[in-house]
Amino acid sequence: MSAPSLTQSKAGPPRHSQPRETSRATPGGSFAKSLRRNLTAHGFLIGAVLCFAFFSWYPMVREFFLAFQKTEAGETTWVGLDNLRTVFNDPAFWQAWRNTLLFTVLALVLGFVVPFVVAIVINEFHHGQGYLRLLVYLPVMLPPVASVLLFKYLYDPGYGLLNEVLGIFGVPEQQWLQDADLSMLSVVIAATWMNMGGAALIYLAALQSIPGELYEAAELDGAGLLRKIWHVTIPQTRLILSLMLLMQIIATMQVFVEPFLLTGGAGPEGSTTTVVYLIYQYAFNFNNYGAAAALGLLLLVLLAGFSAAYVRLSRAEDE
Amino acid sequence: MSTRTLISPAQLARPRGKALYWTVFTVVVGGFTLVFLGPLYWLISSGFKDTQEVIRTPPTLVPESFEPDNYRQAWDVMDLAGLLGNTLYYAFGALAFQLVLDVAAAYSLSKLRPVFGKAILGMMLATLMIPATVLVVPQYLTVLDVPIFERNLLNTPWAIWLPSVTNAFNIFLLKRFFDSIPKELLDAAAMDGASPMRTLWSIVLPISRPILGVVSIFAVVGVWKDFLWPMLTLPDPAKQTLNVGIYSLSSGVPVNVLIAALTIASVPTLLIFLIFQRNIMSGLTAGGLKG
Repeated sequence: MSAPSLTQSKAGPPRHSQPRETSRATPGGSFAKSLRRNLTAHGFLIGAVLCFAFFSWYPMVREFFLAFQKTEAGETTWVGLDNLRTVFNDPAFWQAWRNTLLFTVLALVLGFVVPFVVAIVINEFHHGQGYLRLLVYLPVMLPPVASVLLFKYLYDPGYGLLNEVLGIFGVPEQQWLQDADLSMLSVVIAATWMNMGGAALIYLAALQSIPGELYEAAELDGAGLLRKIWHVTIPQTRLILSLMLLMQIIATMQVFVEPFLLTGGAGPEGSTTTVVYLIYQYAFNFNNYGAAAALGLLLLVLLAGFSAAYVRLSRAEDE
Repeated sequence: MSTRTLISPAQLARPRGKALYWTVFTVVVGGFTLVFLGPLYWLISSGFKDTQEVIRTPPTLVPESFEPDNYRQAWDVMDLAGLLGNTLYYAFGALAFQLVLDVAAAYSLSKLRPVFGKAILGMMLATLMIPATVLVVPQYLTVLDVPIFERNLLNTPWAIWLPSVTNAFNIFLLKRFFDSIPKELLDAAAMDGASPMRTLWSIVLPISRPILGVVSIFAVVGVWKDFLWPMLTLPDPAKQTLNVGIYSLSSGVPVNVLIAALTIASVPTLLIFLIFQRNIMSGLTAGGLKG
C-alpha cells in the first residue's frame, strides 16, 4: 500500500509465456491460435492506444518540432535555435523563472510542512478524526473558480475579511494581491488552502502504519516529543515524504491556474508571472507557438530530473 | 483506534495530560472549522445578502437582508442551467470513454498480454513524465486539426472526451488491480469456453468494483475541476463548462449574484464528496499520490 510506483508489481501472477511454449507441438495450429489471441488482445487495446497516439504521443513529438520551427503565413520553416533565443531575450524570462522558484519555495514551506504537521496533530486525536479529515479535504473538491474567487474577496483591501481579522491583532491593512511584494505569498496561501487536503490525508495514512512499539522504545530511551518526531516519525515516513516532495516540486513548478485566476496571470509589476503563464501568453496571446514550445521544452528538461528521481524512488519502495 | 501514537496513553491518562489534550483538541477543531468551513459559510450566506450588505465591513455574520432572489438571478443571468448541463455532459462522457477504453486496455495489458504489450505500457507510463502544462500547446494544435482525420474538434465534446482517455495513471491503477486477480480464476473461465470479453464482463469487472469506483470518481471530478483545457478548447460561450463560464462572466455581474453562482457551482462536487467520501479517501491513500 501507500504510494504507487510506476513499475509493474513484482508479485504478479506468472508471466503468460507458458501456453505458447507448451502448444508448440502443432506449429500451424499454435501460430493461428497465437495470432488470434494477439488480435483479440490488441482489439482491447486499440481504443486507448489511438487516443494516446493522437493526444499524447503525437503532441509530445510535435512539441520538439515546434520548438525549432516557425510558422508564418501558413509556411513552416526550420529556424534552429531562434525560438530559444527569442525566449531568452524576453525581459519577462528571468522574472518568470524567479517567480516560479519563489512560488515553489513558498509552496514547499507552506504546502509541504503544513499538511505534515496537520496530519501529525490529527493522528494524535482519539475523537473527531473523521470530521477533521473531511474538513481538510473539502477545498480539494471545490471547483477552482469558486475557491479562487472566494480568496479574491477575502484578500480585497476594501471589504475583504482578511484585513478585518488581522486588524483585530493590530496588523496594518495590506493590499495583498495588488501589492507586488505580497502577491505571490497571497497566491501561495490560497493554493495551499485549495490543495493541501490530498497531501495531509496521504501523510495521515503513512503515520497510521508506524508501529507503536517504536515510540515506546524511544520513550524508554527518554526521548521527548520533538525527538520522537525527529527520530521515529520522520524516518518511518521518509520515503513517502520524499515522494511527495518531488511530486510537489513537479506540480508547483507548473503553477498556472491559481495566479491566472487570482491576479489575471501577470499580477502587479509582473510579480506573479510564472513560466507556464509565459508559455500561455506566447501561445494564446501572441500566437507564437514556437516560442511557447521552446520555453516548454526548457521546463520539461528541468522537471525531467525530478521525474526520474521520482520513478527511481518509487521503484525502490516496491522492492 | 487503539494503535499507539506519538503521545503515550499513560501521559494522556494523567489529569494534566487530559486537560492539555482537550484544550488542544478544542483549539484545533475550532480552528479547522473556522479555516475550512468559514469561507464556505461566508460564500453561502453572502449569496443571500443584498448589494450593499455584501461589501459592508465588517461583514455581517448572519445576513440582515434576505434575498434568495440572487440565486434565481445567478441561475438565469449566467445561464447556469446550460453551463451545468454542459459540464455534466463532458464529465460523464469522459467517464464513459475512460471506463470503456482504459479498462479494456488495462485488462488486455494485464491478462491477455499481447506482443509489444510491455512496450505500449511503457510508452503510456512515459507520458506521466512529461509535464502536463508543457503538452497543452501541441495538444491544442492537434485538436485544431487532428492528423489523418483532418477534423477540427474545437467546441466539440470530443476535445474533452478523447484526451481524457490518455490517463496513464488510471490504466496503471487498473492494471495493478487486475494483476492481483488470481490466474486460476480466469483459466477456469477459459476452460468453460468463456471468451475474453465474457471473462472481463462476468469475472474481472465484478471483482474490480472498488477500483472502478475510485477511477470513476476521479474521472468526473477531474473534468469538473479542470480549467485551462476547457477554456482553450471550448471558447463558444454556449458550450463552456461551469468553471470557465462563471469566470468569463464574473466581471459583469453584481458581487452577490456572482457569489450565489459560485455556491451553486460548488454544490455538485461537494455532494459527490459527501456521498463518496469513503471511496475517495481510500482511493487517495491506496491508489496514490495523485490528489
